[in-house]
Amino acid sequence: MTTIYLDNNATTKTAPEVLEAMRPYLTDYYGNPSSMHTFGGQVRKKIEDARAQVAALINAEPDEIVFTSCGTESDNTALMSAVETDPEKKHLITTRVEHPAVLTFCHHLGRKGFRTTYLPVNSLGQINPVAVDNAVDDDTAIVSIMFANNETGVIFPVEAIAPRLHDRGILFHTDAVQAAGKIPLDVRKTPVHMLSISGHKLHAPKGIGALYVQKGIRFSPYILGGHQEHGRRAGTENVASIIGLGMAAELARKNLTEEIIYLGRLRDRLEQGLLSSCSHARVNGDITSRLPNTANISFEYIEGEAILLRLNEYGICASSGSACTSGSLEPSHVLRAMGVPYSAVHGSIRFSLSRYNSDKDIDTVLEVMPGIVNELRELSPFGRDMLAGSKTHE
Amino acid sequence: MNDFQLHLEFGQHSGNSKNIITLTSSCCYVTMYLMWDYTDKVKEAFLHPKNVGEIENADAIGEVGSIVCGDALKLYLRIDRETDEIIDARFQTFGCASAIASSSALTELIKGKTLDQALSVTNQDIAGFLGGLPPQKMHCSVMGREALEAAIANYRGTPVLKTDSEHVVCKCFEVTEEKIRRVAIDNHLTTVDEITNFTKAGGGCGECKTDIEKILLSIWQESR
Repeated sequence: MTTIYLDNNATTKTAPEVLEAMRPYLTDYYGNPSSMHTFGGQVRKKIEDARAQVAALINAEPDEIVFTSCGTESDNTALMSAVETDPEKKHLITTRVEHPAVLTFCHHLGRKGFRTTYLPVNSLGQINPVAVDNAVDDDTAIVSIMFANNETGVIFPVEAIAPRLHDRGILFHTDAVQAAGKIPLDVRKTPVHMLSISGHKLHAPKGIGALYVQKGIRFSPYILGGHQEHGRRAGTENVASIIGLGMAAELARKNLTEEIIYLGRLRDRLEQGLLSSCSHARVNGDITSRLPNTANISFEYIEGEAILLRLNEYGICASSGSACTSGSLEPSHVLRAMGVPYSAVHGSIRFSLSRYNSDKDIDTVLEVMPGIVNELRELSPFGRDMLAGSKTHE
Repeated sequence: MNDFQLHLEFGQHSGNSKNIITLTSSCCYVTMYLMWDYTDKVKEAFLHPKNVGEIENADAIGEVGSIVCGDALKLYLRIDRETDEIIDARFQTFGCASAIASSSALTELIKGKTLDQALSVTNQDIAGFLGGLPPQKMHCSVMGREALEAAIANYRGTPVLKTDSEHVVCKCFEVTEEKIRRVAIDNHLTTVDEITNFTKAGGGCGECKTDIEKILLSIWQESR
């Protein structure tokens, strides 16, 4: 059975070009980039090339890029730097729908005496830029708002928020883990102070990330030790993965326009097809401002894990915001923050596409999904009224 | 690895104070990992459940769970009024794979039994019939047992204890002290995590974890 991988917001396939670029640095060129000899020094050169490639993806300067171990480390570093460099300020602003990499860190700081404003989202999962303005006070150390949401794909108005915070001198970080490589990012046009990237979300391997740190801002490293990354992130460099991230960033940048069109078309076909073939299905999230690869659809009155396991029988990989798949007993905090009713939250399925998906993949999902939905609805005690049209009840 | 992930999630609930909103959510949409923890019997019962559907003019109906909680089971029984034998049992379930599999297992276990015999079917029997359930899914087997009790109470006309007349410990999942005590004793549970796995209590905001701890202490100290 072939795998139909539609879970690219969870992780992506390492691009073959990326793997090829990495291979020599996992085998022959194993020198330490900090070494004085040529054997190590030649590796340093490659790291700097990768830094330039990552910088180009977001229109930054190479020396504004710090390599980290993952998106979570980038997020944690940004928040920690803010509170370390301005210890008088005890207020954080974020949203209720952030990734746990930001939310959990805010909770952690909460236990250390910080207060956090968690901005709400509307029913489309969108935030109001004015609410950001209003939440800022003299005590605000940092505002951290994701560029695009991992569950719904909704793109936040970071472009509107950033200049306003910049003008007021408020530190602004954006978690662009889901946005980088999927939509154009330009830190010159959108003056964020820090921006997080994760390698494995854009066809680089797992275990590599980057943090953009705007030139001139005060920065405090999170990982302490050696002088690597100009003292901004200690630890011997993950050389091969850094080179892989560089290649992945370059591929993403070169193919961006093409991929936005390609993925948008595939996603829309999938979404429209499912909405027309499955009754009581609804899209979660603001479709007017959304990543081109993401569709979050709720199939009401049935449960997400059950849907995923039935899809799994056909080799189709997706994910769900239901309680049973979350590792906790509560369903998706993102969909709950949007006020999506429980009948729909539990049956939410996220399909997230990549350049490696084809029309054939979409055909297969469109073929099997109505049957799965109908079978599970037949099993469900809810939605009797809903199904009444097709079944007779006493 | 999967268990580790899960425990991390639970770990986030401990020690939170009131001014912090509690993270009650998925870690970036954790993709299906539980499939690999399910036994072949669970997978089979989920993919091809037995005794699905309604019984028209059923002699007894037992309903437990709710759409808010994420799982619900409606059990229908056809009962021989002379012999008290369960002639037919059918179900409708909203929930995950193990909830559907547990419902199917329940109906297979009780068909042909008298009501009194059926009442001796425990949640462990349901899990056992399926070759075991992952620890964090044991609440699905408890839901099966509860639906059976509710159906039999419905048939016999004995009132089922109303939730509002009891002390609700876990407000997120409306779990009463009575249920926590009963499930703890029946299954020899000694930790809060186990109670969460079997009843969901404590699995939401986590504020009731200390109350659950106290209940467990009182149960096992009394029994010493």
